[in-house]
Amino acid sequence: MIISSKTVKYLIHALLLVAGFIWIYPFIWMILASLKSNNEFILSTSPFPETFHWDNYTRAWVDAHFSGYFMNTVIMTLATVLIVVVLSALTGYALGRVNFPGRRAVIIFVVGVMFIPKGYTIIPLYQLVEQLGLTNSLFGVIIAEASGAHTLFILLFTSYFATMPKELEEAAIMDGCGFVRTFYRVMLPMAKPIVATTVIMQFIWTWSSFLIPTVLTISKPELRTLAVGMQNFVGTHSTDWSGMAAGATISLLPVIIVFILMQRYFIEGVAGAVKQ
Amino acid sequence: MEKIAKKTRTIGKQKTTPLTKSRNRWAYVFLLPQAIVFLGLSLYPIIMSYVYSFFAWDGASPLNDFVGFANYVELFQTTRFWGSFLHTIYYVLGTTVIGVGASLILAIILNTQQFTGKAFYRTIYFLPVVTTTAIIGVIMNNIFGVNGLVNQTLQSINFIQQPIPWLGSSTLAMILLVVIGAWKSLGMNMIYWLSGLQSIPSEMYESAQLDGAGFWRTLVHITLPLLKPILAVILLLSIVNGMHAFDLVKTLTNGDPYNSTETLDLYVFNYAFGGGMGGGTSRMGYASAAGVMLGLFTLIISAIFGGFSFFTQKKNKTKKGE
Repeated sequence: MIISSKTVKYLIHALLLVAGFIWIYPFIWMILASLKSNNEFILSTSPFPETFHWDNYTRAWVDAHFSGYFMNTVIMTLATVLIVVVLSALTGYALGRVNFPGRRAVIIFVVGVMFIPKGYTIIPLYQLVEQLGLTNSLFGVIIAEASGAHTLFILLFTSYFATMPKELEEAAIMDGCGFVRTFYRVMLPMAKPIVATTVIMQFIWTWSSFLIPTVLTISKPELRTLAVGMQNFVGTHSTDWSGMAAGATISLLPVIIVFILMQRYFIEGVAGAVKQ
Repeated sequence: MEKIAKKTRTIGKQKTTPLTKSRNRWAYVFLLPQAIVFLGLSLYPIIMSYVYSFFAWDGASPLNDFVGFANYVELFQTTRFWGSFLHTIYYVLGTTVIGVGASLILAIILNTQQFTGKAFYRTIYFLPVVTTTAIIGVIMNNIFGVNGLVNQTLQSINFIQQPIPWLGSSTLAMILLVVIGAWKSLGMNMIYWLSGLQSIPSEMYESAQLDGAGFWRTLVHITLPLLKPILAVILLLSIVNGMHAFDLVKTLTNGDPYNSTETLDLYVFNYAFGGGMGGGTSRMGYASAAGVMLGLFTLIISAIFGGFSFFTQKKNKTKKGE
């Protein structure tokens, strides 16, 4: 479609810019507020801090335990991403390259599972983790985060592996590679775009996950993640506004940076979701 | 899914040689880890979430007080449950109408050829999607607080005299939830729409131009009708997401004031883990029953929309066949 008139075009640009500024202003506000003193935060109407109060970050990082929350979030996210990539790549490879008996049934099952009405699965998950004795480490949170059918990722891997030429696999076999070596030496490196999409999407989801870490760390404050720890901040340090803004910035900045650098893969993954 | 099944069917048709046998065995080995994780950590919890709903159970004592459908009966007679159901519907309708509508306008603009800065705008409008909802809730709670940024700004330009109690009034708090929920998810819908728009062949537009159709005529007669199948998918995703609104509600309003913004997911959480909130111990069985109801509501709505999209696609196919 073509928008012809120049004035209309400029008008649209102006509108998109103003709306876009308001759109992300909460984040700009958060970063600016994280550098104000608490007095300034309450009294000043200027959006900019008079001087940069980096001590807000020290307070959030040390006193409000954001250093621990940050490490927990990093460990939880990386471990979950690794597990999910391995699981869905293996499954996708089997489904995309081998026509084993029952293959169609497995694909139907992978898709069909999205439509099973779920009850409140966090309760049994919580019970399960407790029975397995995993409530004392991040391991319980990680396996709960890595659960799920990963339907989207499996389908992305399946269709990607299925379109690779058969000659590639035959050449690998000629070179003496077995099934497993062919997979991780030849085929998996070729599937980098799908691996990237899976990594980025799962990274952003897990980083932001709230319900699972909330429930699984109910009695373990030292295992909390950023999203959960932030709520704690609101309760106990309720007068430290700029410290709170610093904590929020610590929590959001990594995921914003990852998104801006890798957005191509994320957006392709999202677009892939509707096409499937 | 059909596409994948078809595309890959051709790789089969091998004879059962020892090689294929070994390949098949390896395929099962590759499936095993995902299968174990799925059975243990997905299917088992799904089944147990139904089982628990038939027990009176606090989560700690042994599971031995079978009560049949008593939890469900109680649920149906509880006004707070139906209230949270209503709030969920408000939230779903609001975020869907605002989010899906506004994102279509944005996508149409960003899909225009020779429009500079597409990638820039896309990044800006998509940004809220990737940020942690539970943190957004805390930030917005501050921005819309009595002495927060919004009231400060409105007062400094003399638009209002007294601060507005955004989160203190039931109606305003609900509106706020909807608007922020729509803001958060709009970028996602925009990408869905863009992928739909990009699947429309450019010849369609060219021939419309040759016929002398302007921007609006092209939009109404070509673009919108061709987007119908994807509309069903986007609506469905938006509704299912809205049905499970928890993070934002918990962190922005926590159901306040007086449970007037409590959604179903928060209702379930409060009964399962908010020990003391509903008076005393956790009621895991009762919460499970409420969770099952939420799952069933979601399924019913999905089925309606699944049917809708099935029929529109079928109609399109028969049209093409003529």
